Amino acid sequence: MTVDSLHKIDTSKLDEIINQYEGKKSNLIAILQKVQEVYRYLPEDAMIYIGTKMEGLSPATVFGVATFYAQFSLEPKGKYEIKVCDGTACHVRGSMPVLNAIRNKLKIQEGKLTSDNGLFSLETVSCLGACGLAPVCVINEKVYPQMTSDAISMILDTLLKEEGI
Amino acid sequence: MTDEKKTLIIEGKEVEFTNEPNLLEVIRKAGMNVPTFCYRPDLTSFGACRMCVVEVEYPNGRKMINSSCTMPPEAGIKVYLNTAKIRKIRKTVLELLLANHDRKCLTCDKSGNCDLQKYAEEYGIKEIRFPDKAEKEYLPIDDSSPSLVRDPNKCILCGACVRACSEFQGHSVLGFANRGSRTLVQPMNGRPLGQVDCVNCGQCAAVCPTGALTIKNETDLVWDELNNPEKTVVVQMAPATRVALGEMFGLPVGENTIKLMNAALRRLGFNYVFDTNFSADLTIMEEASEFIERLKAGENLPLFTSCCPAWIRYMETQHPDMLHHLSSCKSPMSMLSPVLVDLVPKYFNVNRENLVVVAIMPCTAKKYECKRSELSTNGKPDTDYVLTTQELGKMIRGAGIDFKSLQPEENDSPFGEYTGAGTIFGASGGVAEAAVRTAYEFVTGEELNPVDIKEMRGTTNRSKTVELDIKGTKVVVRVVSTLKEAEKAIQEIKNGTANFHMLEVMACPGGCINGGGQPRSCDDATVKIRRADGLYKEDTELPFRKSHKNPSIIKLYQEHLEKPGSHRAHELLHTVYENRFAGSYKDIK
Repeated sequence: MTVDSLHKIDTSKLDEIINQYEGKKSNLIAILQKVQEVYRYLPEDAMIYIGTKMEGLSPATVFGVATFYAQFSLEPKGKYEIKVCDGTACHVRGSMPVLNAIRNKLKIQEGKLTSDNGLFSLETVSCLGACGLAPVCVINEKVYPQMTSDAISMILDTLLKEEGI
Repeated sequence: MTDEKKTLIIEGKEVEFTNEPNLLEVIRKAGMNVPTFCYRPDLTSFGACRMCVVEVEYPNGRKMINSSCTMPPEAGIKVYLNTAKIRKIRKTVLELLLANHDRKCLTCDKSGNCDLQKYAEEYGIKEIRFPDKAEKEYLPIDDSSPSLVRDPNKCILCGACVRACSEFQGHSVLGFANRGSRTLVQPMNGRPLGQVDCVNCGQCAAVCPTGALTIKNETDLVWDELNNPEKTVVVQMAPATRVALGEMFGLPVGENTIKLMNAALRRLGFNYVFDTNFSADLTIMEEASEFIERLKAGENLPLFTSCCPAWIRYMETQHPDMLHHLSSCKSPMSMLSPVLVDLVPKYFNVNRENLVVVAIMPCTAKKYECKRSELSTNGKPDTDYVLTTQELGKMIRGAGIDFKSLQPEENDSPFGEYTGAGTIFGASGGVAEAAVRTAYEFVTGEELNPVDIKEMRGTTNRSKTVELDIKGTKVVVRVVSTLKEAEKAIQEIKNGTANFHMLEVMACPGGCINGGGQPRSCDDATVKIRRADGLYKEDTELPFRKSHKNPSIIKLYQEHLEKPGSHRAHELLHTVYENRFAGSYKDIK
């Protein structure tokens, strides 16, 4: 997927996803998940399209569902989605220093989701259910256990190298 | 559901119930009450605010705290409404709501009519344990809509507006967003209300218990005009306003107060008091003629009525491909204003530049309608200001007028005389009934007898189909209130199953009598029934009951308009609709 296509929505693609779920409003979450897979986030126009197209929904309703669940992002996510667990176990074992190390390394300011080059997005999650491995990070579904500032720094170095940066 | 009578005990009193949907209704029918923010009898029960909690004791001795709005009544239970435990719960609910509520009650438009304010007083909240929000935590007030003001800082998240928008209009412009303490009620992605597909019906404000959604108050602008000695301010008021205004002054629901209104408006300083009922008759002259023409030609059927500005905006934004179905007639308000602009200067020796036209409407969407550019003459709006019934009530109170003790007064001729057909415009089915009364006689040349078409009436059934026989010609009329029902009718047309020739639409449930600008009616589902009764009662009492029999209308045509559909009639009384799809939700590039 090119960066360009992030900003334009392809309604035929959306129709395909809606039809796949029979246009039922009870399938809205699944539909939004699919849409997020395609665009790496939920573009406003996509939510409006789904809200007007599907019976019993409205753009405001779709927006309500999208903002209710933490899994949905209204901003474009990076190629690498970094999740830092900040559940109780991870927190007490030092997830915050890990988070700060990532922020510093990738220059993602507090309150921002994605690095300026669009490659990385960073968020904290409440619990990944891997408390025995605390503190835990997940990068694109791959789990990195027992993180430290140094360890995550090395992992990021590898990724940056792969990207030629 | 069963109609079998069962009993339960409320506060030691044995109470009968049958098929009441919830315990709260049983409590109210027994002449008692519990506080609530979110329960609205015309909307689904939500159980959000927890104010209506009651203590329920089951026959086996088990005691429970339950929200009465979501609990079905059960035989044999004992219900306590005001135990110490319950009062404590309610008080805590209030304190928590007040914790992050804007506390500037004095400057709130809802002050004096706010449930939160009322219960805080009733429950003796003298101190709020939690500190006020910092200035920077306040969210901006959204006054982008021509009709409504949305202040998220006063929202208590009861969800009544969200349900009204969804269940009445099927439109859900307002929705919840975010979660937990960051939850908000807002249009799509926090867009301003004036920039989304809102139709300005105001039902959200009508059910809002606090000042989070209020009618855009324009009384100051009208006061300025009234206080300007150079200006001649004339006023017209819609049918539905006369059977509701009295409620703000303690008169019975549905009592026709038109003659007191005339008097009050003159006390406020209005120079001439006319009546939108007069132009409702005018609308019928034009619309009935238009309907007959379309029937004869078999073109652009079904005809959609065009009195409701929320409905017009809905059509223009959602179904621009069907605008040709709409009657080209302006609404009664927008018919009378250009007539006044044209003729008041001639009749009353007033300078056009100094003439101000004010309309008293049951409707918030009329505030939007009067700003439409096509409803103006030489760049000046025909209707300068629209005030809702609520705003007029506030002005009357503010002027220190004792409404109930006013001497009844007649309105000013010649734009004040009206028939029963004009007055029933305010209730769902009234426009169609009035149109048929006239169309029948125009087509057949015979007297319609009986005049009443009762099948079209009724404010609780939101969709009615009535078959009429006009001398062998079958004419089917569909009467709907709420845009949700209107949308169903549109879908029937689109998929070819529609069998009706005329579609009357009023966006508010039950019609204009239950409009967004009317005095509060959201606590009691029977208010709209009684207001409609008030209009139908006036209908039977008037000397004329068919629009074309109105002597002032006959004279207006003789002297100025020639005949319905004439060139001059088209200039003054008809309009065009605009495709407003661009910028609407469905317009995705």
